Amino acid sequence: MVIAVASGKGGTGKTTIAVNLALTLERDMPVQLLDCDVEEPNAHLFLHPLLDVSEKVTLPVPVVDHSKCNGCGRCSEVCAFNAIIAIGTHVMVFPELCHGCGGCSRFCPMSAISEEPREIGVVESGHAGQIEFVQGRVNVGNPLAPPVVRAVKSKIDARQVKVVIIDAPPGTSCPVVASLKDSDFCVLVTEPTPFGLNDLVLAIDVAKELDIPFGVVINRSGLGNKDLLTYCRREKVPVLLEIPFDRRYAACYARGGRLVEEFPELKEAFRRLWQRIRALATTGQTEFRGPS
Amino acid sequence: MKLAVTAQGIDLDSAIDPRFGRCQYFVIIDPDTEEFEAIANQSLTTSGGAGIQSAQFLADRKVDAVITGNVGPNAARALQGAGIEVYTMTSGTVREAVKAYKEGKLSTVSGATVGPHFGMGSGAK
Repeated sequence: MVIAVASGKGGTGKTTIAVNLALTLERDMPVQLLDCDVEEPNAHLFLHPLLDVSEKVTLPVPVVDHSKCNGCGRCSEVCAFNAIIAIGTHVMVFPELCHGCGGCSRFCPMSAISEEPREIGVVESGHAGQIEFVQGRVNVGNPLAPPVVRAVKSKIDARQVKVVIIDAPPGTSCPVVASLKDSDFCVLVTEPTPFGLNDLVLAIDVAKELDIPFGVVINRSGLGNKDLLTYCRREKVPVLLEIPFDRRYAACYARGGRLVEEFPELKEAFRRLWQRIRALATTGQTEFRGPS
Repeated sequence: MKLAVTAQGIDLDSAIDPRFGRCQYFVIIDPDTEEFEAIANQSLTTSGGAGIQSAQFLADRKVDAVITGNVGPNAARALQGAGIEVYTMTSGTVREAVKAYKEGKLSTVSGATVGPHFGMGSGAK
């Protein structure tokens, strides 16, 4: 089962939920944790994995053989990202805009375009205790996170592992969609503030669009106002877990601690979270239909 | 000779648009006859590479020089590749820009005057 942990708003506690859920399950079943927040992966700060494999992620970018090019401009027509242009009979490539689709080389009538790999990031894997750990990192200055996210997800080991937990990036843009795609369940972490609610609604739209059953974890419960709970009740969005706004939890997080190992009440809470996820994921329902 | 001015409107009294790739309009003018046409910038809403696309647009129209506020690194490279001269002027109208150009009061730039994504959003970051 693949569980993606996402949120609209940043800083709501995605990594906290992903890491502590993995720690809750690791003794009972083989677990894989994928940090897909490749622009700033941080799950390693809590798990201290031993990373023994590092693989480069590359994109194929076009190289033009100007002796073969007749300047017809077909390459420029097929490129959706303005990464290759024909000015007069002169073709120019802008590698940092290239998404690596291969269209230009495929449609070049003169076969003047070949491809060379451009490194855009890295995938690192290893172990943290019983947890199989994978994380991606995009190179600084590279705006293309989705291919790195996909490279991280290519490490999903469905045969060996029972539960895969994906720590997704914040927001609702391409890297989030790449992280959530093909998951069996989506945990949306939010907080009871106006920003938390606003961005949760956007994230729910993404989950619905991708047809992934979802539930909400309310972090820092007690903070802000009641609008979030009212919304969840009205829209029949299942609330899987509420973590109270507690200074001790914040202090634990701030020093890179593990909530489920320091607070027995949270260990219990994460067990219940897992049971609820499993129940909702297996029935595939996107709305809570139990007694309200 | 064809001169392009990035503009916020469609006539000679429109203000210069300081953004290149994401300007509202290109006013393309013959500085001698002052015959001109204004064309809405199709790159305004593109997700990326607006400067490159705009440079290609001007090259396709056989423009020789452009007056704009700022150009980013990719636009500068594309304009240079197209052999289009870049003159900078950040305020005033299209008419004033053309006059300043004819009087030789504008200076050319060969590289980028701002970083990437300068013209996104409100145009001032």
